[in-house]
Amino acid sequence: MKSRSSAQRRNLTQQIGFIFLRLVAIIAVLPIIAIIVFIIYQGAPAISLEFIFGFPSDGMRSGGIWPAIVGTFFLTLICALVVSPLGIGAAIYLAEYAPDNRWTQSIRIAIINLAGIPSVVYGLFGLGLFVIFLNFGISILAGSLTLAIMTLPVIITTTEEALRAVPQSFRVVSRSVGATQWQTVRRIVLPQALPGILTGVILGLERAAGETAPILFTAAVFFLPRLPSSPMDPTMALPYHLYVISTQVPGMSPQIQYGTALVLLVFVLGMNLIATIIRSRARARRQW
Amino acid sequence: MRISRIKPESFITWLIKFTGYSAIIFVFLIFYFLLSEGIPVFGEVPFKDFFQVRWYPIEAYFGLLPLLVGSLIVTIGALIIAVPLGLLTAIYIAEVASPRTKEILKPLVELLGGFPSVVLGFLGLLILSQYLREILALPTGLSALTGSLILAGIALPAIVSISEDALDTVPRSYRDASLALGATEWQTIWWVTLPAAKSGVLTAIMLGIGRAIGETMVVLMVTGNAPMMPQGLATFVNPTRTMTATIAAEMGEVANGSTHYHVLFFIGIVLFVIALIVNVSASTFVFRRKKRSERILS
Amino acid sequence: MTITNKIVTENLVLQYSDGTESLKDISMNIPVNSISVIFGPAGGGKSTYLRVLNRLNDLANVTTVSGKAHLYSESGDFIDILDPNLDVTALRRRVGMVFARPVVLPMSIRENLTYGLEIAGVRKRSLLHEAIERSLNQAALWEEVQDRLDDPAMELSGGQQQRLCIARSLALEPEVLLLDEPTSGLDPISTGKVEASLQELKKNYTIVLVPHSVQQAARAADYAAFFLQGKLIEYAPGNEMFTTPQVQQTADYIEGRFG
Repeated sequence: MKSRSSAQRRNLTQQIGFIFLRLVAIIAVLPIIAIIVFIIYQGAPAISLEFIFGFPSDGMRSGGIWPAIVGTFFLTLICALVVSPLGIGAAIYLAEYAPDNRWTQSIRIAIINLAGIPSVVYGLFGLGLFVIFLNFGISILAGSLTLAIMTLPVIITTTEEALRAVPQSFRVVSRSVGATQWQTVRRIVLPQALPGILTGVILGLERAAGETAPILFTAAVFFLPRLPSSPMDPTMALPYHLYVISTQVPGMSPQIQYGTALVLLVFVLGMNLIATIIRSRARARRQW
Repeated sequence: MRISRIKPESFITWLIKFTGYSAIIFVFLIFYFLLSEGIPVFGEVPFKDFFQVRWYPIEAYFGLLPLLVGSLIVTIGALIIAVPLGLLTAIYIAEVASPRTKEILKPLVELLGGFPSVVLGFLGLLILSQYLREILALPTGLSALTGSLILAGIALPAIVSISEDALDTVPRSYRDASLALGATEWQTIWWVTLPAAKSGVLTAIMLGIGRAIGETMVVLMVTGNAPMMPQGLATFVNPTRTMTATIAAEMGEVANGSTHYHVLFFIGIVLFVIALIVNVSASTFVFRRKKRSERILS
Repeated sequence: MTITNKIVTENLVLQYSDGTESLKDISMNIPVNSISVIFGPAGGGKSTYLRVLNRLNDLANVTTVSGKAHLYSESGDFIDILDPNLDVTALRRRVGMVFARPVVLPMSIRENLTYGLEIAGVRKRSLLHEAIERSLNQAALWEEVQDRLDDPAMELSGGQQQRLCIARSLALEPEVLLLDEPTSGLDPISTGKVEASLQELKKNYTIVLVPHSVQQAARAADYAAFFLQGKLIEYAPGNEMFTTPQVQQTADYIEGRFG
């Protein structure tokens, strides 16, 4: 009977172990839900038309956050226009063209490094290259370009994965009826990988929209009495605004702080949601 | 019937190749601009001055040690929390959770990865630091500990999702073999699955380190920003100042081309090199997602 | 002038980058307007030989090919298939390929058929429609799909998909059709339909078939080549090969003594 009791003991160990793991997982994810609920709860009362579409007044202590919303929108938009063709092109090269050699290996190492460089170092780089050397000044353009380079590795990696998910046999068939490599990529591979690419691009931009450090010295300013009128103008931005009103302005009303945090969270997590919807829809429709 | 290569095709091929190499170009550009703005510091500050224990740029004290130590302490604190928490959560998601639970947990953790760090810093400043001050009876809630706790949240998604992927790619047959020999699922996890996923887990931890050491806004907002050398165990609950926060806090106020400006770029070089080492070592664990190659062959 | 051989290969050697050879000194002629069958055990180089004939082996990127492979046109002119400067897209339009697993592209039936033509620059709707109807008829699929040309091709059954793949090659009006075990995944009825359509097609096309069984080889072959470990062991008209093989290895394989 000895073996039986040891089996029972082992089963008990396993049950306790699994309960422990479950508890740990709950500890890990509970704060995530709590944070979202808490910010919605605290921030929702601040949300009004005046808050969204108004300008800050009384030294940020009242009024709205419209210039920051507009600024983050344009920073993200120009970042998208720059990084999408570059990142998708690079991913096409890696997935479809690149030979398996040292050069390709060094591209991959470069991508890994780009992904690991701290965001504030991107800020320094943007300051050195765009603001000072190219003389763009503190501007939306300088900030967007800095964000674009920071986002590049994310977009390359996700796009390459989406391209590689397209079955190899489609490529062989396309080539066998006389299509060139580029025709195959354009007419077969890209359309099939499009949902995956879109998902990756949006997730990359989500990161760009929420970042503060890269725009700190390249684009963002404390307060602007008007909306930016060209890419060469400096701008307010949501994440920087939240930083400013939670650390630099004494006597801020918490409601405005939470309201700003909520708008930023909705902006960023909204993009996340769109990406998730595109991905799950494409999965349901996919024929292969 | 010989038709030479069609022109537009070769142009597009060239363009794609160029974008492919852009990542290398950018790495060099970044390094070049950090160097060009940071190197002049060696003509302005004696090298040994960087090893002072005092950072007080207004009086030209440029000791980097307190900042380096600050970054290290906050990162170590974050890892002590995030590695066990992340790894166990990954094990739960990959090995124990039902498919439905998995479908809820994974996106939730990934959602945290998408959180703007400034929002987490804001909550740390307003909520967490107050609690910590009261519970631990500290003079200030803005401390290394507060920073570590929130940085743990920032490192967590990377650790969970990469470890989970690594566990997921351990072939089913390994587990089956272990179970067939009479091991329980619990024993199989620790003796078979986890060791088999070791390289992926190491990659996950290295990337977690990278996230924590490079994070700026959180530490800027919640660590109290006092460049101090460690003083025993109290170090963890004292205010501190990291390299990233120093750049973020001071770059806005220095004159371009001043010594202080060059020093801040020099700190940028140090961070760049640290990131390089962390990421290259992470990638030498050569964790390749098997799923991907399986998909190619299908 | 009429030609007797559509494709002439001499001393064809295909080498992997590590030096091992997949094709060893293959010399054989593919007669025009007939079915040439290449059979033998797995790994003998049959598929590799097919892929050399329309340069699909280029995609593998790990091989070098030497020897001679010429494709003749009706006028008696020929092109050198192995010429590195050859426009392979034009070659692939003249030499079509059908694979073991039916791979339809993720588009409609119609688009599957017009894909190759559009790539080749054919835009005229009437021409495209003519090609669709002709190729589907040739592949014995027209009756089954004429009312649903705009449905996704992936909704067809396996047998229909494979006939669509054949039609897709035929839409380009190739001169040669290469088929690599085209019926390996099909049920006997679908297999019968494919084999019947091949017998029709050989009146106008030169067909090279890797069969999925010796029985199919015997049924289909006008000419038969026995490949073993990269070598051409025996090459003869089909009725001679399967009744009185000249080489012992061929006889052993046909009678099932190894496989």
